[in-house]
Amino acid sequence: MNKTSTDILIVGAGPAGLAAAAAAANSGGTVTLIDENPRAGGQIWRAELGKIRSPAASKFLRALTQGRVDLINSATVFAFSGDNTLTAQTPGGSISISCGKMILAAGARERFLPFPGWTLPGVFGAGGLQALVKGGLSIENKRIVVAGSGPLLLAVADYLKTHGATVLVIAEQASAAKIRRFARGLWRQPEKMVQAAALRARLIGIPYKPDTWITRCRGPRVSKRLARELEVTIKSRGSSRVIECDYVACGFHLVPNLELPMLLGCQIRDGSVSVGDHQQTSVRDVYCAGELTGIAGIESSLIEGEIAGLAASGQTEKAKTLIKKRDAATGFGRALDHTFALRPELKHLVEDDTLICRCEDVSYAQVKDFATFREAKLQTRCGMGPCQGRVCGPAVEYLLGWEPASVRPPIFPVKMKYL
Amino acid sequence: MHKIKVNGREVRVGEGTTLAAAILASGDPFRTSVRGEARAPLCGIGICFECRVTVNGQPHVRSCTVLAEDGMEIVTGE
Repeated sequence: MNKTSTDILIVGAGPAGLAAAAAAANSGGTVTLIDENPRAGGQIWRAELGKIRSPAASKFLRALTQGRVDLINSATVFAFSGDNTLTAQTPGGSISISCGKMILAAGARERFLPFPGWTLPGVFGAGGLQALVKGGLSIENKRIVVAGSGPLLLAVADYLKTHGATVLVIAEQASAAKIRRFARGLWRQPEKMVQAAALRARLIGIPYKPDTWITRCRGPRVSKRLARELEVTIKSRGSSRVIECDYVACGFHLVPNLELPMLLGCQIRDGSVSVGDHQQTSVRDVYCAGELTGIAGIESSLIEGEIAGLAASGQTEKAKTLIKKRDAATGFGRALDHTFALRPELKHLVEDDTLICRCEDVSYAQVKDFATFREAKLQTRCGMGPCQGRVCGPAVEYLLGWEPASVRPPIFPVKMKYL
Repeated sequence: MHKIKVNGREVRVGEGTTLAAAILASGDPFRTSVRGEARAPLCGIGICFECRVTVNGQPHVRSCTVLAEDGMEIVTGE
């Protein structure tokens, strides 16, 4: 195992991690930024065919190349030891990094809800399909249903359309009344208002349907090749219709990647990491920034990252000047949570034979009578596969009201020889 | 351009293409589930493990997290 040490270790090279690195790099200490992907940028600035296209991201990435920050790509953190040391798996072997201060900026993932047919090939996450297209998947002339919840659906629909797909509909489960209130509230953040107006203009011709969700997806049962065509049933205010399409892009807003903060023992409240004014967590010398502290979008992630980077590198006076701006940005997150909260009808999409755990093929009937995630894990292997409950966990918390399962190392599957 | 093999067949992909995108283009399923269902990627970002395949003999590689490089041999459907 390769061992190194650094003054400040930042996990996650998305907007929050990059902003933290840039802020901390001015302090004179050593800064190490570690990320799981082949390129920095996180999901929102994910490289397209190997290149980062956002000008905002390029500014941060230039700061990295000026040599003040040590960036380690393709490294998946899987363990923590008490002396402020993280261990990660890389293509070249495992590395262990000890640090003075740690900033967690591990971001978020999509929340997936099971419905009949959600395991069919061709049914992707919304951000999931976008990521695959950024990785070179052609969607030219594909007919796509975008569904689920949250502002990501609009950004994804725009991206898919720009890349040659026909987006048949955007099915948003949130109510029309909530969406209207949310849109009216955007004046508080003029830059978001401008973004929303531009997005709306680009999406002309694509029906945006609130109060609407997928109830079922069917595809030809073929074992040798992927499905060519999907039949999606969409429900809207009592009436249902079937749409034929090539792909489904469906995700229900986002959930923070809490595995690492939970492993470190950080206090979690209402599904996100609790932090103080300077982004400090309940664990000494550990800070947290970005979507881990609540899904609030990129402006919030950038400012939280900057505060964490400043505070962790001893620039607390400078960090203090940003707190008011941060609080305004995180307010947007609360509006998102309220607007895109899941409606109760979505709990009834699952049927007895609908798979809940895709890794271990565990059905709803097998888990529905258990009182806790732990019991279901022990009896059915639900959540025990390689994703370790990252997909089914948020789903069963919503469907069955279970508490999140406890986290144990390794938090990602690793080769035996690295343990 | 990179030339890779997916289940023995040659697939040509551009610079910066992930293995997941290359395999989707090939039309082959990614993995076979415990009950024998064909699966393909869900999350696209290394979370769900539905896209795992064997790369150059190494099993359980998340194909959405790896960029295609000349000569890679991919086996899917396991």
